[in-house]
Amino acid sequence: MTDPTTKTGETGALNQPYDGAPSSTAFLDVRDLKVHFPTEDGLVKSVDGLSFTLEKGRTLGIVGESGSGKSVTSLGIMGLHRVGQYGRQRARISGEIWLDGKELLSADEDEVRRLRGREIAMIFQDPLSAMHPYFTVGKQISEAYRVHHKVDKKAARKRAVELLDRVGIPEPHKRFDSYPHEFSGGMRQRAMIAMALVNNPELLIADEPTTALDVTVQAQILDLIRDLQKEFGSAVIMITHDLGVVAEMADELLVMYGGRCVERGTAEKVFYEPRHPYTWGLLGSMPRIDREQTERLIPVKGSPPSLINIPSGCAFNPRCPYADVPKGNVTRTVRPELTAQDDTGQDGTRHWSACHMSQEERTRIWTEEIAPKL
Amino acid sequence: MLAYLIRRIFAVLVMLLVITLVTFGIFFLFPKLIGTDPALYFVGKQSDPAAIEGIRQKMGLDDPILVQFGKFVVGLVAGRTYANGSDVTQCAAPCFGYSFKTEQEVWPLLLDWLPVTLSLAMGAVVLWVAGGVATGVVSALKRGSLLDRSAMGVALAGVSLPIYFTGMLVIALFSDQLGWFGRPEASFAEDPGRWFNGMILPWVSLAFLYAAMYARLTRATMLEVLGEDYIRTARAKGLTEPVVIGKHAMRSTMTPILTVLGLDLGALMGGAVLTEYTFSLHGLGYSAVRAISEHDLPVILGITLISAFFVVAANLIVDLLYAVIDPRVRLS
Amino acid sequence: MTDTKKTDPAVTLPAQATDSPEPLLKVTGLTKHFPITKGLLRRQSGAVKAVDGLDFDVRRGETLGVVGESGCGKSTMGRLITRLLEPTGGTIEFEGKDITHLGVAGMRPLRRDVQMIFQDPYGSLNPRHTVGTIVSAPFKLQNVTPEGGLKAEVQRLLSLVGLNPEHYNRYPHEFSGGQRQRIGIARALALKPKLVVADEPVSALDVSIQAQVVNLLDDLQQELGLTYVIIAHDLSVIRHVSDRIAVMYLGKIVELADNKSLYGEPMHPYTTALMSAVPVPDPRRRGAKSGRILLKGDVPSPISPPSGCRFHTRCWKATQICATQEPPLLALKAGHQVACHHPENAPDQAPDDKPLPGASDAVTTATD
Repeated sequence: MTDPTTKTGETGALNQPYDGAPSSTAFLDVRDLKVHFPTEDGLVKSVDGLSFTLEKGRTLGIVGESGSGKSVTSLGIMGLHRVGQYGRQRARISGEIWLDGKELLSADEDEVRRLRGREIAMIFQDPLSAMHPYFTVGKQISEAYRVHHKVDKKAARKRAVELLDRVGIPEPHKRFDSYPHEFSGGMRQRAMIAMALVNNPELLIADEPTTALDVTVQAQILDLIRDLQKEFGSAVIMITHDLGVVAEMADELLVMYGGRCVERGTAEKVFYEPRHPYTWGLLGSMPRIDREQTERLIPVKGSPPSLINIPSGCAFNPRCPYADVPKGNVTRTVRPELTAQDDTGQDGTRHWSACHMSQEERTRIWTEEIAPKL
Repeated sequence: MLAYLIRRIFAVLVMLLVITLVTFGIFFLFPKLIGTDPALYFVGKQSDPAAIEGIRQKMGLDDPILVQFGKFVVGLVAGRTYANGSDVTQCAAPCFGYSFKTEQEVWPLLLDWLPVTLSLAMGAVVLWVAGGVATGVVSALKRGSLLDRSAMGVALAGVSLPIYFTGMLVIALFSDQLGWFGRPEASFAEDPGRWFNGMILPWVSLAFLYAAMYARLTRATMLEVLGEDYIRTARAKGLTEPVVIGKHAMRSTMTPILTVLGLDLGALMGGAVLTEYTFSLHGLGYSAVRAISEHDLPVILGITLISAFFVVAANLIVDLLYAVIDPRVRLS
Repeated sequence: MTDTKKTDPAVTLPAQATDSPEPLLKVTGLTKHFPITKGLLRRQSGAVKAVDGLDFDVRRGETLGVVGESGCGKSTMGRLITRLLEPTGGTIEFEGKDITHLGVAGMRPLRRDVQMIFQDPYGSLNPRHTVGTIVSAPFKLQNVTPEGGLKAEVQRLLSLVGLNPEHYNRYPHEFSGGQRQRIGIARALALKPKLVVADEPVSALDVSIQAQVVNLLDDLQQELGLTYVIIAHDLSVIRHVSDRIAVMYLGKIVELADNKSLYGEPMHPYTTALMSAVPVPDPRRRGAKSGRILLKGDVPSPISPPSGCRFHTRCWKATQICATQEPPLLALKAGHQVACHHPENAPDQAPDDKPLPGASDAVTTATD
């Protein structure tokens, strides 16, 4: 660990478990990402020091509640954080995003634009509002292809039809000329996926891709994304609030709270040996379809923090049922850093968590107090 | 699509008929309200009762209102013959009747005035759409910048200053003082060069007023559109900013602008009264004002109907264009 | 959410018990068609058959869960039984009284007994009214002065749903989503209703807040002896809160059963597919998912629903009879009704019937 005096949020870069290497061997390497939006009420710290890596062919699930910063993270990686909710004010972004050996935040804007849609593609939550209502589905897909490939309309159409077919849209030749409103919700999301995959991207970011869909359609779409990942070998970031979805899709899991990562590890570890009280809270809050009725859910008390006034120290402290557990000589106002408890394995497979309680204490609480009640 | 079109045109015709009935009714009642006899307008106040009675017979002024209305409508479509014994006057279709004042047929008069109004409106439309939309888009893109704030300041002034003020100002400055542009004196047929030169000031003054409104509308719409998810998608595809704005955002921004444009254009066809008056352009608006002051009911009726026709027609065209722009609007 | 479900399953009330006491709410043949009009003259050219013949009871003190995908008519059903909508056909009896076509005046006394909680805690509260005004509105509408005065009663209600009674004078926007839903619940409970119909009460809320509200509803039911009809699309939430569950598809109840029976041995193929589609929050189960049923295509339009069994176009068990004859909702087991010719976990109702061509292609199994 680094010198405790640097353990404040503002100098988070120094505290991250990285050696400050100039470039990275990881396919995607996000380091100390911060996305802040100046607003009239104050600085909204949507993402406040987030680091993770991801290799090709793997799926990372980012889980969190509304306002945890998970969507802003994806927009930041895409270089699209300037638009949207706080659009008016220029977002402030800092940190490093390494993709395949290139750093994106310091790169030229046009260079990043050329990566968008080609190497990094995105699937959005609501395919109806995410597609232009005035253009045909096929046109929107072939447009995505033609930005990055110098081909004529006919070739682009062929490619789009091929993709429509691949994502399971019947009669792709005919459906090419349909408008988004003529598709059903599930079909639109398939078309959205076709649009994202038209350039064989190496990184696919899916932001709540099934939240707007019915459960049977959700199953179809998740199955499709899984298939396509196998086929294309892309890295996938799956952003969702649904622990069921990540359990089915993700190899690795990142739990966000108040703009920061509170726990990260393999899906197996995070679900079976969670090490952060917030993760326990999420697991306890969730009604389970795979189990008989439990006595009661174990909710997290209170509400998520305001991103303008993130509590000092651990952001989860005001809601943490273990806030009063003695933690040695730790100062309350110091923010707990993300640390890996075991140093084995690759970065992505290590188990990180950010909590002041000792690891032994947390293991005890989980196995003795929480797990039996779930 | 064709069935829709036929149905819409039918609806337009019904609407025009209703408008005609209402206006005709009002104008029929009007002389009674002010206590005059329309026949007197034709023959003069000093005429003998027999002449008045003759006119009354000839014009059918004693018929019940519905009969008179029926004859009027038939006259619009098929022309009309006014007769009192051997005194026969033929009025070709579309017959709007005769001016009380000049005793000329109304339709040829309207045909005289219409091109003036039309050329004023068309020239101004081109200017204000180009200027207003461009300003609005730039303002939206540079939201909060000095450029945006000054453009919107000018736009506010444009909306609030009346045309006779700006009109008088530009005439005094550019025509009288600097002598750059003439007054609208020549018609296009006489001398296209002088006509064009003379129309510049009316066009600019009228366009300024509308451009200001369109700039504000465009800016507001564009800002809303830029916040849409599909714009984010367009950027996520890696499209360049000119394509995102020019193709994806503009397409949606044009929809409300087109609606307002259709209505404005329709209304302007009835005559930009103040502009025509300020620049002494003898178009529909100018003539309407004069006809009103002279109680020239047939002329007022004619101008009213022709304006109504343009408003209704413009609405129909806007609706059709809507369907072209927005595929979600189904024409069935 | 009553005590019964947590005790020995044998104690659970059988669904078809003839000697059971009079139900709180009895619905027979309930239909709601929304007309579609066309042209200038607004001629009716068809109808959205949102709810198309429902029969069910709601028993005193139970929680009836209603689950289905969008367009299945579950929300319309909720609005019909609270009489926010006028039914097209069928009857609704509340405590033995026919309320099917009561007018606004006739419904007024009933509004005390039947209350609704809505999904959107933002949209259903007037932003210009204080919480005090919102929660006291039912008293004013009914001209009731509660014991101890209005303000005291409203503050009692606020603390009952876990809000600070001091916040009486605050406005909805000063509260978080979960707190707003609590305000909605306080308002619904003001007049001590007998039946509370909750339409997606937690689906707009974050997971951690969702659990708070689910627990609150549970506590209130125990404390006040409420009867709930909870409408939701989330099968996990429904499993957690319900004593009995009705599964809806295209305006029909396809299955109605006790919680344990439904989740343990679902009979309708649609129920099976629905449950199999829910992602399970357990990464170790991923490998075991290969037998999962994936329905193809989308739900057909409720304007022209398929003939016979409405699910036959997507069902892998469909036979000739399914396309022509609508299966009745029958109790094939105590406490378990299903409308299917070829139920799972129960004897086939039409064996030896010829399969429909293409039925076997109706589903795929997940590839994982």
